[in-house]
Amino acid sequence: MGESTALPEREAFILTKGQKKTLRCDADSLAGCVSQRACVYCGARVVLNPITDAVHLVHGPIGCASYTWDIRGSLTSGEDLFRNSFSTDLKEPDIIFGGEKKLAACLDELVEKYHPPVVFVYSTCIVGVIGDDLSAVCRAAAARHGIEVLPVESSGFIGNKSAGYRAACDTLLKLIEMPPEEAAVRRQARQASAGRPVINYLGDFNLAGETWIIRDYLHRIGVAVNVVFTGDSTCRELKKAPEACLNLIQCAGSMQYMAGQMQEKYGIPYRQVSFLGLQDTADSLRIVAESLGSAEMAERVEKLIAEEAAVYAPQIEYYKQFLAGKRAAVYVGGGFKAISLIRQFRELGIEVVMVGTQTGRKEEYQVMNDLVEEGAVIMDDANPAELERFLLEQGADLLVGGVKERPLAYKLGRAFIDHNHDRKHPLSGFVGALNFAKEVYSTVCSPVWRYLNATR
Amino acid sequence: MAEKSRSTNENPCHMCMPMGGILAMKGIANAMVIVHGSQGCSTYMRRHIAEHFNEPVDVGSSSLNEKGTVYGGEAQLKQAIDNVRRVYKPEVIGIVTTCLAETIGEDVRRTADMYLRERKDSEPLHIATAATPGYGDSYTEGWQAMTKSLVSQLAKQVERHDGINIITGLLSPADIRELKRLFDEMRLEYTLLPDYSETLDRPYLPSYSKMPAGGTPVSAIEKMGGARATIMLGCMGREELSAGRWLETTYGVPCVELPLPIGLENCDRLLDCLSDIAGVPVPKRMEGERGRLLDAMVDSHKYNFAGRSVIFGDPDWVYAVTTLCMENGILPLAAATGSRMARLAERLGERMAKERETCRIVTGADFALIKALAENNGANLAIGPSEGRFLEEKAGIPLVRLGFPILDRVGGQRQLSIGYAGTTQLLDRVTNVLLENKYKHYRRSMAKAHYRPEACAGE
Repeated sequence: MGESTALPEREAFILTKGQKKTLRCDADSLAGCVSQRACVYCGARVVLNPITDAVHLVHGPIGCASYTWDIRGSLTSGEDLFRNSFSTDLKEPDIIFGGEKKLAACLDELVEKYHPPVVFVYSTCIVGVIGDDLSAVCRAAAARHGIEVLPVESSGFIGNKSAGYRAACDTLLKLIEMPPEEAAVRRQARQASAGRPVINYLGDFNLAGETWIIRDYLHRIGVAVNVVFTGDSTCRELKKAPEACLNLIQCAGSMQYMAGQMQEKYGIPYRQVSFLGLQDTADSLRIVAESLGSAEMAERVEKLIAEEAAVYAPQIEYYKQFLAGKRAAVYVGGGFKAISLIRQFRELGIEVVMVGTQTGRKEEYQVMNDLVEEGAVIMDDANPAELERFLLEQGADLLVGGVKERPLAYKLGRAFIDHNHDRKHPLSGFVGALNFAKEVYSTVCSPVWRYLNATR
Repeated sequence: MAEKSRSTNENPCHMCMPMGGILAMKGIANAMVIVHGSQGCSTYMRRHIAEHFNEPVDVGSSSLNEKGTVYGGEAQLKQAIDNVRRVYKPEVIGIVTTCLAETIGEDVRRTADMYLRERKDSEPLHIATAATPGYGDSYTEGWQAMTKSLVSQLAKQVERHDGINIITGLLSPADIRELKRLFDEMRLEYTLLPDYSETLDRPYLPSYSKMPAGGTPVSAIEKMGGARATIMLGCMGREELSAGRWLETTYGVPCVELPLPIGLENCDRLLDCLSDIAGVPVPKRMEGERGRLLDAMVDSHKYNFAGRSVIFGDPDWVYAVTTLCMENGILPLAAATGSRMARLAERLGERMAKERETCRIVTGADFALIKALAENNGANLAIGPSEGRFLEEKAGIPLVRLGFPILDRVGGQRQLSIGYAGTTQLLDRVTNVLLENKYKHYRRSMAKAHYRPEACAGE
C-alpha cells in the first residue's frame, strides 16, 4: 500500500488480478478505517421498506428513522404508507426505564390511525442493550389488533448490512409462513387455475419502476408473477408467496438466503438471474423459459428479445462509439451488482479496472476476478483513501457508487454513475440498459471536464 | 387547534445529536472526527452531509461490534484513533458518542486522556470529546455540545487581547463567508468557531487533499479565553451547553447572545453590537446594503402580505426566519422545531407580542403535526429543510428550501441568507415562490370564483 493509505490490516482485503492470494471478505470493519458500510438496520430497512401497505416503525432514538425517511426510490402502484418514517423516538427516561410501554403505545396509535395489515418493528442498537422484549410487545399488539406485528432483529452493531438482509428475510419468512402441506395444495390449485406458470421474483425493489419493466417482460412471455420481494408488494400478496412454482432471484446478496429457505420449506426451486444489461437480460429471460420448460415460451422469449433489441440496441450502439476504450471503477453495496456491471460496461466497450463492494461474498469475488482483466484491483469494504488511490492509480475515467462516493469522484475530476437506491430512472431490462448508456455518456462526455485541468 | 399528544414520531423534523457534533468538527482546521458507536451511524450521517454539501465527508467510526458492546469499546476507540491518524494525520480529533456508546456507559474523555498519555511520544495531538447520545436531544444540541467541548477542552489561560470570539449556529458555508466579509469590513480581529466555509465548500483544485484547507485553527481556539467578548450567533441553545457562557464564567469573557442575523432587526442587532464592542461605526458599505434590503422589502411588501407560512427546522433558524416573516407581513402560522429547546417559545413569544396576530410555536414537533397545522390554517408557504418536500407533495404547499439538510436540490452549501445582502436574497426567494404560485393558479382560481357561463353567455 502507498504511504498515504498505509493500513497494513487492510492489505488482505485488496487484490490485484494476477496476484496469488485469496481476497479476505465478510469480516468486521476495521475501527477508524472510514468504512463506507452501513449497519444491520440499514440492510433490513432496504429489503422491507418497499412493502407498500406496511407501517415501518423504528424502535429507537430518532436518528435511525430520520436518516432513512423516504430516501429510496421504490415506487408504488397503490398504497404509499411505506414512504413515512415512524419512530418511537426513545429519550433518556426510556433508556433508563425501558421502551416497551412506549412501543406498545406507538403500535396502538399507528394501528388506529392507519389500519395497516402489517407493522414491521425494527430493533436498533440500544434496544437489545436496554433489554426490551421486542417479540413479546409485538405478539401482544398483534393479538390486540388482529394484524401482523413483526419484530425485525436489526440492532446495528450485531453485524453489517448483510446481517440486516438476513434479519429482513427471517421476518418475511414469518410473514409468509404456512404448513408445507397446505402450501403444496394451494400451489397446485393456483398453478392450475392460472393457466400459466405463477412465479415469485425476488430481490427487486422497484426503484424507478424497475419491477414493472420486468413484470411486463414476464407477462409477455406467458409467466404470471405471484409477488415481488419486495418492490411494489403488499402484505396480502406476500402471504401467497408459497404458491409459486419458481423463485427468480435478482439481488442475490439480499435474497439468496430467502430463496434457499423457501426451497427447503416449501420445495420451491430458485434460479439466479440478472436484468442489468442487454445480454444479461436476454440470458435471464431464456433461463426463465428453460426452467419452466415450454418450447412455446422459449419462442416468445426470442421474439421479445428481438423486438426489444431492435428498439434499444441501435440507440446503445450510438453511445458506445463515444465510450469505447474508457476505464471504469465500481464500488457498490453487493456482489451481484458489481458482477453485472462488469458485464454491462463491456457491452459499452468499457473495461472495469477497479471493482469493490461493501458486503460481497467469497464466491462473488471469485466471479469478479474471473471477469476482469489482469491488473484490475478488487477490494472488499474499501474506504475513501483506498478509493482515491486506486481511482488515480488505475486511471479510471468514471466511478460507479452511491451518494458518499460521488463528491470524491468529482473532486478527483472523474465522471460518476449513481447506482444506488435513490435513482430516479430504471437501470433494469432493455430500456434500463439504454438509460445506463445514456447516463454514462452524460457524465463521461460532459464538457465540464475540459475546463478542470486546462491552464489559463 | 388541539392535537392529541402522541407517542409516535411520524416523519421526524430533527436529526440526532452526533450529527451536530460532526458538523461542528468539520469547521476545525486539520481535524478528523470519530463517531464512537456502530458503523452505521457514521455512514448515515456522512450520506446526509455529503448530499447536502456535495463534498467528500470522511468520518471515522469505532465500528462497535457485539464484543465491544458487551466488554466495552475502549480498545476499538483507541484503534480507531490510531488508524485515523495513520491515514489523515490530523492535528485534532473530535470524538462524538452515540446512543449505543452512552447506553453501555463508555467514558470517552477518560479513554482519550489515557490514549494521549500512552502515545505521548508520537506526533502532537488534541482530542475534544462530546457526549452526544442519539436519545439525548437533537443535532442542534449536538452542535452546541461539540462547540462547548472544543472551547472548554482546548482553550487556555492566556493574556487579554483585542480579538472577539464569534461562535455561530449551523450556517451555510456561503453564510460563514459573508460573516467574515462583514468582520473584515469592520476591521475586527476575531476567531470564528466553527468555520467550515472552506472545508465543506471547497474549490475544485488540480490535486485532491484528504484534509481540506481552512477551518478554525486550534491555536486560535486556545486563545479564546483572552478575548474582549464572545458573540453567540444563535441564542436558543441550552445554557449549560453554551461555549460563550463557559468562557464568561471561566475566563471572564463577556458573552452576548444574538439571534442569527437574518431579517432587518436581527442584522441591525449584530451590527450595533459589533460597533459597540469594537468602538467603530458601521461601515458605509453596510449602510448601502441595509438600504437595498429596505428597498427590497418595500418592493415586495404587497406580494408578501399574501404569505401564510409554516417555518420549521433548527430552532435558531426558525426564530430568525419567523421574525423575517413578521417584518415583511408574511403571517407565520406555525414555528416548529423537532428540538425541545424551550427558549424558542420564550423568545419568539416575546417578539410575537408586538404583532397583531400570533402563531403556534411548537417544540418537539414532527412533520405529521406540521402538516396538520399547515393544512388546518390554510398555509401557502413552507420554509425549512428539504424534508418539507413532504408538505409540497402531500399538501401542495410550496417549499422554500433553507437550512440543513437540503437533499433534493443542489447548492445548499452556496445558499446565502444572512446579513443585509443575504436577507435580501432570501426574501426574494420567498417572495418569488409566492409569485410563482400566484401565476400558476390565478387564472384558474379567478375563473372558478367568478365565471358563470350563464351570466356571461351572449344573446
